[in-house]
Amino acid sequence: MNPFSYVRPNSLKAAIEAMARDHSARFIAGGTNLLDLMKNGVALPEKLIDINQLPLREIRQDGNTLHIGALVLNSDLAAHDLVKTQHPLLSEALLAGASQQLRNMATVGGNMMQRTRCSYFYDTSMPCNKRQPNSGCGATGGINRMHAIFGASDNCIAVHPSDMCVALAALDATVLVAGPKGERRIPFTDFHRLPGNTPQLDNNLAKNELITAVEIPPHPFTKHTCYLKVRDRASYAFALVSVAVAMDISDNVIRNVRIAMGGVAHKPWRLPDAEKALTGKTPTSDNFRLAANIAIQGAKTYAHNGFKKELAFNSIQTALLKAATA
Amino acid sequence: MPQGNKPSSVPPKKDKQEARRDFLKQSSAVMALALAPPLVLKAAQHDEAIAAVFEKMPVSLEINGKKMQLSVEPRVTLLDLLREQLALTGTKKGCDHGQCGACTVHVNGQRINSCLTLAVMQEGKKITTIEGLSNGDQLHPVQEAFIRHDGFQCGYCTPGQIMSAVACLNEGHAGSPEQIREFMSGNICRCGAYDNIVNAIMDVKNGGQTA
Ligand SMILES: Cc1cc2nc3c(=O)[nH]c(=O)nc-3n(C[C@H](O)[C@H](O)[C@H](O)COP(=O)(O)OP(=O)(O)OC[C@H]3O[C@@H](n4cnc5c(N)ncnc54)[C@H](O)[C@@H]3O)c2cc1C
Ligand code: SF4
Ligand code: FES
Ligand code: FES
Repeated sequence: MNPFSYVRPNSLKAAIEAMARDHSARFIAGGTNLLDLMKNGVALPEKLIDINQLPLREIRQDGNTLHIGALVLNSDLAAHDLVKTQHPLLSEALLAGASQQLRNMATVGGNMMQRTRCSYFYDTSMPCNKRQPNSGCGATGGINRMHAIFGASDNCIAVHPSDMCVALAALDATVLVAGPKGERRIPFTDFHRLPGNTPQLDNNLAKNELITAVEIPPHPFTKHTCYLKVRDRASYAFALVSVAVAMDISDNVIRNVRIAMGGVAHKPWRLPDAEKALTGKTPTSDNFRLAANIAIQGAKTYAHNGFKKELAFNSIQTALLKAATA
Repeated sequence: MPQGNKPSSVPPKKDKQEARRDFLKQSSAVMALALAPPLVLKAAQHDEAIAAVFEKMPVSLEINGKKMQLSVEPRVTLLDLLREQLALTGTKKGCDHGQCGACTVHVNGQRINSCLTLAVMQEGKKITTIEGLSNGDQLHPVQEAFIRHDGFQCGYCTPGQIMSAVACLNEGHAGSPEQIREFMSGNICRCGAYDNIVNAIMDVKNGGQTA
């Protein structure tokens, strides 16, 4: 690892100030992504700002909203009673990610900020617009089996690797951030971004801003949920395709439904058209096939990830069926 | 914070610290040639600054029940501290990237991958490694079950498997073979001893002695 200095501020203000003073600095929370990148020479911060002393570890109910501090561990969040009962989709998604050891280290903020697992991004001897702007994209003409089928650009076809974020996008969460100019709130679905011409930017957080919390508004999705993750082995692997479904069904009618996908785009990929098509309909296989068909319109595949289109088509139907019968 | 960071106008007599800095100056220049990212080049020009960031930091940890005051560079992982500085080589380095679980230790009773955390980040924490699991000559029940069930072949993944298995049981995630497989998936075994590992854990879960 490159040498760096290390500070451990005790307050939010001190952490933000430390970042403002030194632009090559990085916050470190669990360290599970940042240290991995530093060992590979992909990240070379001259200073680490350890934010673990900040008071951002709380999970609490604010009225009907669930407030989750940015330093809450992925394992604690998945196991929390309020999450298991009110937001089971989030619990399922968290448990589908990484391993228990990693979830015991990984934080909510770090999970959101984790970078793509594109192997060209990790390999400093290869071109990558995300790591080194304007150096080219190794994946477009290279091995791209893991890559995006939605929302990519010629500059970058990487996917966001998080499972947790797919559930939070489906649940219409809000991200709370703090910076030198104060606090602001970002809708979860606007937090991550598409690559466009600036794939070096994964999201809309400014360099000197810190995620302080995520909030989940009340919703009726406590029973009919499913997080389906398809991967190369049964556990401890990133998604080829994942689908988060939350449905509200009464009198055999879908009153409300949310669907989001992971492993297919540069951000958690919500399926608004498929959601619309299912709202007010009966939860039948035929309707699910129709919705899945709408969802995969516009998919663009590359040399090695053509299978993802059909996998997405099938996975959406399976997830909808599982959620409906849950 | 960096300790003993003398200003650059110190007298010419070369103490150990300074000799180390000279070495660092050279090595950072060599590194700059080899890697040449702009950050390293810049750093080589500011060799005093780079020497300063190499300085060690104090960290107090309780390791296997023993309180320790240590001094480490910020970039040293918990795994490297255990193996290189404390000679606790029971904890293995498989991948060094969080992908195998060989480095699993407990921090305040929770299992983590020691390769993906910095030693300085564990200030004040209680670390348990495989060396701290047995009670003197009395093996931990999970260690005994691994022996009874042949839960290993080459043994390289075993310390990590055992630390992970103990935590898996404590967490209440050993309810069925399926649940064990899921919650032990962060520990890879290249020898494929998985069936016996699951049997060993089930055995402890069920009160032992069913080899
Ligand atoms: C082998 C392996 C398998 C994995 N498998 C999966 C998987 O299947 N699914 C999945 O979803 N994830 C997976 N992960 C990724 C894992 O979930 C992330 O590494 C983890 O969530 C990152 O959290 P952290 O707290 O450790 O972040 P860190 O490594 O500490 O930080 C990551 C980034 O976030 C920034 N950051 C951290 N906190 C904040 C904050 N509050 N505000 C602003 N910036 C912040 C840091 O500056 C850094 O740039 C895997 C990781 C590994 C190593
Ligand atoms: S897909 Fe994106 S991350 Fe991967 S090589 Fe291309 S630019 Fe880099
Ligand atoms: S050495 Fe830490 S997980 Fe492989
Ligand atoms: S016993 Fe050889 S790797 Fe597990």
